[in-house]
Amino acid sequence: MESLSLMLAPLFSSKLLIVLFFGTLFGLILGVLPGLGPTTGGALILPFTMTLDPLSAIVLLTSIYCAGTYGGAITAVLINTPGTPAAAATCLDGYPLAQKGEAGRALGMATVSSVVGGVFSVIVLVFFAPFLAKLAYEFGQPEYFALAIFGLTMLASIGDGSPIKNLIAGAFGILISTVGKDFMTSIDRFTYGINELSEGIGFIPVVVGLFAMSEMLIQSTLLNQIFKRVALKAVKLPTLDDYKSTWKTILRSSGIGSFIGVLPAEGGTVASLIGYSEAKRWSKKPNEFGKGSIEGIAGAEAANNAATGGAMVPTLALGIPGSATTAVILTGLIIHGVRPGPDLFREQPEFLYGIFGAMLIANIMFFILGFFGAKIFARITLVPNKLLWPMIFAVSVCGTYSLSQSMLDVWIMLLFGAIGFFMRRYGFSVVPVIIGLILGELVEGTLRQSIVIFDGNWLMFLTRPIALTFFVLSLIALFFPLLKRNKKKND
Amino acid sequence: MNNVQSKKRANKKSLPFFVGDAFKVCIVIIFVSIVLLISTFSFDLVPPILNRGIQPATFPKGLLILIILLTSLVYYLSLKKPWKIEKKLPNSFFITLFNFALFILISKFLDFFLAISILSVFVSYSWGERRVLHLIMVSIIFPIIVFIFFETILGLRFPAGIITNLYYY
Repeated sequence: MESLSLMLAPLFSSKLLIVLFFGTLFGLILGVLPGLGPTTGGALILPFTMTLDPLSAIVLLTSIYCAGTYGGAITAVLINTPGTPAAAATCLDGYPLAQKGEAGRALGMATVSSVVGGVFSVIVLVFFAPFLAKLAYEFGQPEYFALAIFGLTMLASIGDGSPIKNLIAGAFGILISTVGKDFMTSIDRFTYGINELSEGIGFIPVVVGLFAMSEMLIQSTLLNQIFKRVALKAVKLPTLDDYKSTWKTILRSSGIGSFIGVLPAEGGTVASLIGYSEAKRWSKKPNEFGKGSIEGIAGAEAANNAATGGAMVPTLALGIPGSATTAVILTGLIIHGVRPGPDLFREQPEFLYGIFGAMLIANIMFFILGFFGAKIFARITLVPNKLLWPMIFAVSVCGTYSLSQSMLDVWIMLLFGAIGFFMRRYGFSVVPVIIGLILGELVEGTLRQSIVIFDGNWLMFLTRPIALTFFVLSLIALFFPLLKRNKKKND
Repeated sequence: MNNVQSKKRANKKSLPFFVGDAFKVCIVIIFVSIVLLISTFSFDLVPPILNRGIQPATFPKGLLILIILLTSLVYYLSLKKPWKIEKKLPNSFFITLFNFALFILISKFLDFFLAISILSVFVSYSWGERRVLHLIMVSIIFPIIVFIFFETILGLRFPAGIITNLYYY
């Protein structure tokens, strides 16, 4: 009961409601614009959160996360281009249904299933995160090391693209985190005499570079691309028949999305693809998939929004991000002096339940804004790239500069823009770099402290049951794609 | 006819091993990793009496060796299953990339906001915008709004330069 009242606290704070409203609105706009999304948007808004108190700042970021994930569906349905990668599966049936003159029905189903998925995942978050936090009290340095390794291997295994390339990207991310003064000995590493590098490479320049600037370079190669738009009259709520045919799919996808979200991976993107394929597998009309199936839209959208709450579970309970956007939220928490982990649950329950409540309200808010404003949001995509991207560039460089008032950060951002472009061009996902960068200090720190604890005996890792479990799970995660491929071959 | 030729080119046997994207990408990653690996040998060492656990250079060394091994594996796999051939990059990409470099130079030697304005107008123009009012909006009006916003709300002080000095002094 006390938890419920703490969760509803944002409803009674006009300041938090305003923050929620603007976060949801901004998230929707970012989600609608192809190439942008909650990760880039969150990174760009991070400097502005410095003017807010910690709770308002995190509420702003989480509302952007929830609404941005849904916003991608609007573009997916109307112009067959996912606003966010998580909405890629929505295109498969959303656009064909819109072409049949039922864009309103497609968006209505996307909106309802997104809200159900989002609310479901918040419930999972409320119950599962404190449980995981309690479990984390059993964790020492070796366990955290094993957990971080498990996170990275999961990311490689179920993330987008080739697992080996994902591992390389993850190792690259960890390598970036080693730049600067070594935290145990203060010895400079990879600084090459540049004093500003002693502090290390910041998270924001890398995120903005890898996501926003690399996208700008990608857009520069797509100047002649023409989008075929489908007109939208109004968003229609699903009919009773639609509900009857999709309620099981929505619930199933919500469960899948929440589970996938908890695993450190590309959250919504993988969740929506699995949610979609499971919806097809269980459907009575699998032949309709790809031709405008309402179940396909429901399966994909419920799953990607359910991944938002799921991804917040390890972020808040363990300090290990479940997705690229939660890595930005984690940075927001750290910038504002909040250390995620089990102690947070014991010491600041009002803060945590405020976030849970805000996520719940954000889901309801994007339902209202999406339902009544989808037509207006769809018009945002009409802003031509030749005007939009120079403006995003201006905000990106100022936002990156503002965090430590360093021009080096801006140059690093541009460098990572070019690196990100070539990574994406040759099939290396940039998400593992982000997760590797944020987990890097944890991986190295816990490894080195474990070696000190074990007096240099590496085999002692095997005497810790929790660590051993995570190592075994990591091995399974690593070999899972191989087994899957072999099984496919045999079939 | 063209299709037949492009299909022939897509056949891995018709390409020397060093021409493919996989080789170029892997060789760049391995080369950079080796350079970085060599630089780790110049890191200071903790004297044995003070050293607890591993040396500061050991962890990055391990990571770089891992990257080299994994990249070699990627290349080996690419011989079995070649990467798809990417389209040639258009001029607009190189212009945008050149603008990034230009931005760095102008922001370093002239002015941060001048650099933003020049990049904005160049990118917008090279991407096809010809309307003068729109170019002014993107390169002058919008950066001014951003400047004022960051300056007043975040209390940020931008680096000195020929234009920002006019505002500050």
